[in-house]
Amino acid sequence: MGELNTAMIERYRNSFLKEVEANVEEGEWVKMCMQCGVCSGSCPLGKFWEHPPQEIFMMIRAGKREAVLQSESVWMCTSCYNCIVRCPRELPITHIMHGLAHYAKRLGLVPKTNPTAKFAQMFWDNLMVKGRVNELKLGLALYFMNGFGDGIKVALKNQKLGMAMMKTGRMNPKEAFGGHAVKDLAGFHKVLKKAQELEDARIAQNGPPAGA
Amino acid sequence: MTAVVATNETILVVGGGISGMTAALEAAETGKRVVLVEKRPYLGGRVSQLYKYFPKLCFPTCGLEINQRRAKQNPNLTILTMAEVTGLAGDKGNYRATVKLSPRYVNANCTACGDCATAVTAQFDDEYNYGLGKRKGAYLPYRMAHPARYVLDPAIIGTPDAERAKAACRYDAIDLEMQEETIDFPCGAVIWATGWKPYDAAKIQPYGYDRFANVITSVEFERMADPTGPTGGKLVRPSDGKEAKQVAFIQCAGSRDRNHLLHCSRICCMASFKQCTYVIDAFGADARINVYYIDLRAIDRFEDFYQKVRANQNIKFIKSKPASITQDKDGSPVVHGVDTEGYQRFAEPHDLVVLAIGMEPAVDPASFPVPIVLNREGFIEAASANGGVFAAGGAADALDVNRAVQHATGAALRAIQVVNSVARAEV
Repeated sequence: MGELNTAMIERYRNSFLKEVEANVEEGEWVKMCMQCGVCSGSCPLGKFWEHPPQEIFMMIRAGKREAVLQSESVWMCTSCYNCIVRCPRELPITHIMHGLAHYAKRLGLVPKTNPTAKFAQMFWDNLMVKGRVNELKLGLALYFMNGFGDGIKVALKNQKLGMAMMKTGRMNPKEAFGGHAVKDLAGFHKVLKKAQELEDARIAQNGPPAGA
Repeated sequence: MTAVVATNETILVVGGGISGMTAALEAAETGKRVVLVEKRPYLGGRVSQLYKYFPKLCFPTCGLEINQRRAKQNPNLTILTMAEVTGLAGDKGNYRATVKLSPRYVNANCTACGDCATAVTAQFDDEYNYGLGKRKGAYLPYRMAHPARYVLDPAIIGTPDAERAKAACRYDAIDLEMQEETIDFPCGAVIWATGWKPYDAAKIQPYGYDRFANVITSVEFERMADPTGPTGGKLVRPSDGKEAKQVAFIQCAGSRDRNHLLHCSRICCMASFKQCTYVIDAFGADARINVYYIDLRAIDRFEDFYQKVRANQNIKFIKSKPASITQDKDGSPVVHGVDTEGYQRFAEPHDLVVLAIGMEPAVDPASFPVPIVLNREGFIEAASANGGVFAAGGAADALDVNRAVQHATGAALRAIQVVNSVARAEV
């Protein structure tokens, strides 16, 4: 991952904007931002962002590569789409935020402690096993994300909710042992493998020069 | 029956606002025969609804008075009010126009004494004041209306109010039997000067124009500032009538926005600077004004005006397009957003929020009498495919009064060229 990052720095030496346009989903829209601020003001989580979307766009143009790709902000988006609906230039802001987060992940620049990134990884790993999300395991993993002691505390706090879910059949304790899978698990893994190949080919085309 | 003397050397001007009046007068004063058709009962259009002009802060009444005098003196000019063009057949140099005349129920005997208005009781929203005030069912649209003749609202016809108005008139000026009529006449060229309309502010949902009484539009604020307007010139909150000393102006309300109007409406920056001076004039050192903007567009000589406004310590300029407006428990609108200079979040309460509303072209392609080329913003394009139809002023672009008048003079010249070529062909 570190290698890809070095290669990208080398390739887009002085233009982070160009790098974003070529590699980030919907990145070509960034230059259309006119810095009006409607997105930042419309974000329901706005006050928790270190850099609101409008500032992220300006930072991209100003070439602040590390500050953007290592920022916690791009992981704050909850996909409420308020910004997209209101943007006077119809920038797909939500998609750009996810695109930046995804690109940072690919380059290995995600802040180590970012909870959204951690959860996303956990969700992905869980899903990969059986082709279905095992909610029991995912829930437990989430409880113990910040250590054993914290996990017990959270679990006890949600005990009632868990019991109620079991009673109504929303959660099955048997799922803890293996859990059920999609019908054609081998096929599912084949699909993903193919998708990975396509994505690798796309990155190779846009991304680092051959041999990097 | 209304008779219009016209030939295919006549110029038809549609719309009697400042652009239509200018085009009609300029053409008529060169000796051309002109028919001016206006939908409202009076001439002057939206300019008559302004309190002051920028940047000189003089009164539009002055220029309107001059134009009205020119109109009265010119024998080449026929003015049809409460009239709409419903059809236009033929080609450049040889059109036939169909015009629908709505009944005014008041004839030329009217002396504008006002006895009919005193006699009637029913009240209606006053469109001249954008619904901020009420008017009677028998009314003079505004104090300087030309023609200076009262109008009966069609809603009172057949009610006792109509009889009361008729009984009160000492000049036999009220004719309750007046009917709608349709006339047609030839013309060689058409100047289309139907102007603009304020963008529907309720469509900008996060600003709550339709939910909060103290969020108003710039055109409404203009009426409020006028001493003859609905509040007698007092700048107040519509919700409780308290003085509006803390005022927010929100620029680009509906303009430069792909969800609303694509174009920059050009006038709103200067209009808001002008309206800042109204607040300063009214409250002096007690005035607190915030202007929220994306960027400010005051070019050429307007720059000086902007610098003067900017120098006032009581006017703050905040580079931000506000995201939304909410209302606090006192009914004060609270403006929310993020400041682009420093990325600080704000939630600022005001007495009154004025939306600097955009200019939407008042050209409806669906009901336009001939095929017409519009640009993507909906204004009429200067295209040869439009034949002998030439747009003037606000129907052609978002223009201030000064530029609209220049544009209208240009349109008059285009029309004159057409009717001159018609005249030469007949020699």
